[in-house]
Parts: sequence; C-alpha cells; structure tokens
Amino acid sequence: MNGEEVGLIGILFAVLGGAIRVGTPFLFVSLGECLTERSGRINLGLEGNLVMGAMLAYGISYISGSPWLGVLAAAGAGSLLGLVHALLCQQPRVNDIAVGIALMLFGTGLAFFWGKPFIQPTAPHLPAISLGGWSDMPALRAALEINVLFIIGIILAPALAWFFRTSRWGLNVRCVGESTEAALAMGLKVNRVRLLSTMVGGALAGVGGSFLSLYYPGSWNEGLSSGQGLMAVALVIFARWDPVKCVYASLLFGGAAALGPALQSVGVTWGYYLFNAAPYVLTLAIMIATSSAKRRLPGMPGVFSNVK
Amino acid sequence: MKRRTFLKGLASVGVMGAMGEFGISGAFAADKVKMGFIYVGPRDDYGYNQAHFEGKSAVAKQDWIKAFDEENVPETIEVIKTMESMINLDGAQVLFPTSFGYFPHILKIAEKYPKVMFLHCGGLYDASKHPKNVGSYFGYIDEPVYLSGIVAGHMSKTGKLGYIAAIPIPQVLRNINNFMIGARSVNPKATCNVVFTGGWANPVKEAESANSMVDQGIDVLTCHVDSPKVVVETAEKRGVMCCGYHTNQATLAPKGFLTGAEWNWSKVYADYAAMIKDGKTIPNLVRGGIKEGIVKSSPYGASVSEKAKKHADEVRAKFMDGSMVVYKGPIKDNKGAIVIPAGKEYKQTDIWLESMDWLVEGVVGTTKS
Repeated sequence: MNGEEVGLIGILFAVLGGAIRVGTPFLFVSLGECLTERSGRINLGLEGNLVMGAMLAYGISYISGSPWLGVLAAAGAGSLLGLVHALLCQQPRVNDIAVGIALMLFGTGLAFFWGKPFIQPTAPHLPAISLGGWSDMPALRAALEINVLFIIGIILAPALAWFFRTSRWGLNVRCVGESTEAALAMGLKVNRVRLLSTMVGGALAGVGGSFLSLYYPGSWNEGLSSGQGLMAVALVIFARWDPVKCVYASLLFGGAAALGPALQSVGVTWGYYLFNAAPYVLTLAIMIATSSAKRRLPGMPGVFSNVK
Repeated sequence: MKRRTFLKGLASVGVMGAMGEFGISGAFAADKVKMGFIYVGPRDDYGYNQAHFEGKSAVAKQDWIKAFDEENVPETIEVIKTMESMINLDGAQVLFPTSFGYFPHILKIAEKYPKVMFLHCGGLYDASKHPKNVGSYFGYIDEPVYLSGIVAGHMSKTGKLGYIAAIPIPQVLRNINNFMIGARSVNPKATCNVVFTGGWANPVKEAESANSMVDQGIDVLTCHVDSPKVVVETAEKRGVMCCGYHTNQATLAPKGFLTGAEWNWSKVYADYAAMIKDGKTIPNLVRGGIKEGIVKSSPYGASVSEKAKKHADEVRAKFMDGSMVVYKGPIKDNKGAIVIPAGKEYKQTDIWLESMDWLVEGVVGTTKS
C-alpha cells in the first residue's frame, strides 16, 4: 500500500485511535463529575485532581516500579481532594463553584511543587492490550492498542448508569441531587451522600490523570494537562448527566483533538489552528446550543435549577 | 521601588540577618561575578530550559562566580519583578532572561539600571534602537540540525521524515529547512512532513502528531518544542528512529536515537563571566555555531551506520573551517517558487536568514494557518 492510499484511511485510524487515547482522561473525569453532579454539587476542581493524579501516579510508579500502585495513589489523592471540597461545601454560605476553582489552583500548584523531581526520570508505564493483531496494517494495529484503563472506563459507564437507575444507593444519590428537602424528608443524610459522591468522583478524576502520565502521552511535566479536567465538566452537561453518553462524548472530544495533528501529518496543511481548536469550538457550540433561559436541561439534577 | 519589591527586600534582609551572613558574605561576595538566569519553564524539562540551566550550573562551579536562577517565570510583568529582585537583592551584574518573549520587558527597565547588563537569548536586539546595556546572544543551532538531517537521510528506509514543531516563526522554519536540505543532500527524493502543534508545550498534541506520522510511514521523527521528551519517547515506543533537540535525549530512546542538536551554553556563559572578571566591555551581539562551540551534535546512537557518521563528520569539519554554506542557490520553496536563484548564496551569519518565512522544497507543510 503506498503513501497516498494510506492517507485518507490514515486519518480515520488516527482519529479512531486518538478518540480512544485522548478520550480516556475525559471519560474518567466526566464519569466522576457525573456522579458528583448527580448528588447536587458541582466540583470544578477536577482539573486539580487530574494534574495531582498524573503527578502522583508517575512518581509512585517511578519509585515503586509498579504503575498500578501509581493508579491507586492517584485515586487516593483524588478522593482526598474531593473530601476537602465536600467538607468545605458543607459549611454554610459556601459556594461550590468558588471552592472548586480554589481547589483546582491548589491541586495543580501542589502537583507542580511536588512533581519537580519526576519531570526527568522515566517511570514504568501501564500495559496495553493489542486488539489489532488480526490486521496487517500497522496504522490500524496502533489504533487498536487499547489501554486497560480505557476498558475499565467503558465497563464503569454502564455500571454507573445501572447504579443510578436501579440500586438503592444510586436512587439516594439522585434524590439528594433532585431535591434537598425531599431527601431530608426521607431521612437521608444529604451531606454524607454528597461527601461520598464527591470523593468517589474525585478519585475517578485522579485515575484519569494517571492515564495521562502513565500511558498517553506517558510522561509527567507541568504542561501535561491542557485543561482536560475543565473540559470534562462541560462534557457532562453535553452528555446530559448520563454516564453512557459520557462515553460517546469523551470519544467525540478525543477524536476532535486528534483531528488537527492527523490532518497535518497526511499533508492537509491549511487551517491547522482551526482544527487544533476543534475541541474548544465543540465545547462552545454545545454550551450555546444547550443553554436556555426558560427551561431546565433534560437530565439536569434538580437542585441546580433552584440556585440559578 | 515597588511596594512588593520593597517587602521582598525586607523579608530577605530578615532571613539573611537571621542566618548571620549579612555583611560578611557581602564583603566577600563583592569580588564575585554575579550572574542571574531566568527561565520560562522548569529547569529540568529535557529541553530548552534545561539547556540553559546546564549552562548556569557549569559556570556556578567556579568559585569566583555567583550564579542564581529562577524558573517558571512567565513572559509578563512577572519577569520584571524577578529581574529587579535579582538586581536589587542579589546584586546581579549581568542578567540572562533566556526566553524569547522576555525582550519587551527587558527594554522597560534596562535604562533604569545602566550598570547592569541585560543579555537576551534570541535575535531581537537592534543596536540602532536599543540601549547600550542590552545585548543578545544566540547560536546557529540549525548547523547541527543540518547534520541531523544528513544522518536521518542516510538512515530512513522510507525516505519520509517528520518534524513536530511548535509555531511557524523564522527560527523554527530555518531548522526545518536545514533538516530537509541536509536529508536531501543524501536522498534527493526524501520528504519531511511538518505538524505545527500551536504551542511550545502541548504533550498530548505532540504524542498525537508523532503517532499519526508513524502511521503514515514516517520513520525518522524530530521536533522543535520546549521539551522533546514526549516525541522521543513516542518514537521509541512505536519503533521508529528519532533525532533530539535542545539537549541530549539518547537515554530516552536507546534503540532509535540517531543524533541531535544541542546547545552548549556553558561555553557562552563562561566567556561572558571571564569578560566581566577581566573588566572587558561585553559585546552586544554574540553569535556562533559549531565552530564557536555554542552548539553541538549529540553523540551518535548505536544504530547509526558508519557511512552516515562519516558523511556527517565530513560536513561538520566544513562547518568548523567555515567553508560550509547551507543556503546555496538554486533553492526552491515547497510551492515551486525559486527563493534563492542559482549562483546566489547566504552564509550562516547572513541576517536575511533570520527572517525566514518559507519552507524548502520537499517539506509537506505550510507557514500560514
């Protein structure tokens, strides 16, 4: 197969592979945020969890030699940051958005501070599973190098949907998110439900970060996250607070991010600033398309419509 | 003095007093050459900032030099604060704000401190416009990039090379063109795809670009971004070859690393320090390439063939004796227009080359967005 033929199919594979590679952090952060928001809190600080998770995962993997220990540490750090967010937001007259922004700065700052010694060394990476062995096209094989974390994420999404729909705890989370008064009347401990949801959500965001540093692009430095944590929050709204739709949304955003480099590398050289901006343009377009002053978004947890 | 600078001063006096150094160290330090270094990113980024930090560390070993630095200083008013605190608190005689975008900020305060020399890394100094205590230093890193191109041209099996670059500014374009001209001097059919990521540090996009390029059959990758670590590691992971940039990345890619273009700032900084020590006037403009020792090539990787080594070494010798001219006509750009007609040549020092806005024939890419 010669170069020209590879070109167009190449873009397709690159976007497909990119959707999976670039999309996985989005997936974890958006699932985490989905859970938190369903309980009635917005945690904008997940960018901090992501960066912190990335740094710790890399550092722990480097020191211990086990990337999975790194993932665990990232989840632990994420849940700790979530705990701080939840505890602060429980106080009277505390705004969860403001706390989120503060924690985002705190998390990234702390990660930069502690992450200094880990910029240079190379840490062991997470393993990948090759699903493209049947194909003799290297491009397709590369696109189908799937990381275990992505598979976990794909399984986690329907599990979370099932959790919200059927399980007792899931119903409690939804109830707390729909109406604080109703939840109190039911005898639910509103703050505790929100605390746990924020902690688990934070842990998922931390795991998303560990994917960045331990698999793709697979190194720690201070420019590692280009706002994935923040974009994932917008993505949850796009996905209508539905975990399964979070998967599609993450893949879409991942693919959009891969489009710019893929087009340039096959020789489509015009408009690369435009293509590079694709994920951001998509975010903006979605926000505009879905916003409305008159009605509440379908799927939006009820408590948000009261405060706004 | 700004209030904040004043407070910083108070704080540091307090600390020094507490350590019992105040006064004593001042008397001893008076003879030392005091040099301040400012980096835009982390000093251990395997890239641009690390290259400067290594230069600083090398001069700091001399006991008659006192070198201090600050990293992660943005190209905003922040750098003015850093420079003023280095001047007022550390007594800096010479400052090296190493990032391209620091230059306008240097001009804002240079006249206020006429005794301090401000040396900017980059090509923006203009003797007719700028104060006497400002200067610039830079190296022709495109020379070792040209040598990388030769090695890449020898080693590539597909004849398809890939360049991951940040933004299309003249310095970046010159490197890309040198790489291509070098490779084409070996294999006239070689091509080089370029991806502009749009920023100096964007690891996800750099990895994505590297992967896409490898999918296209490109088998030698190189880059011009702040930290080549991601590109070099991705190339190694995908089993293709790579050329480094800024510093030596050989350890990151033991199999595929060919060679690379490196800065050798320790030489430049040591020269400046010696000039200050001897009381000489510091030149406003310092330029140089392989010959002057400001830039160098990384040692060849294990996989590089003897033929490629020999060829590159021959051309290096020509750079050393000054007989090498890269931009010798006829040279066409990648749209087919003749940029340098036959018979015309531009030597390395030619200022015309510092305003390059075209890509040479064989490069797949465009300088416009």
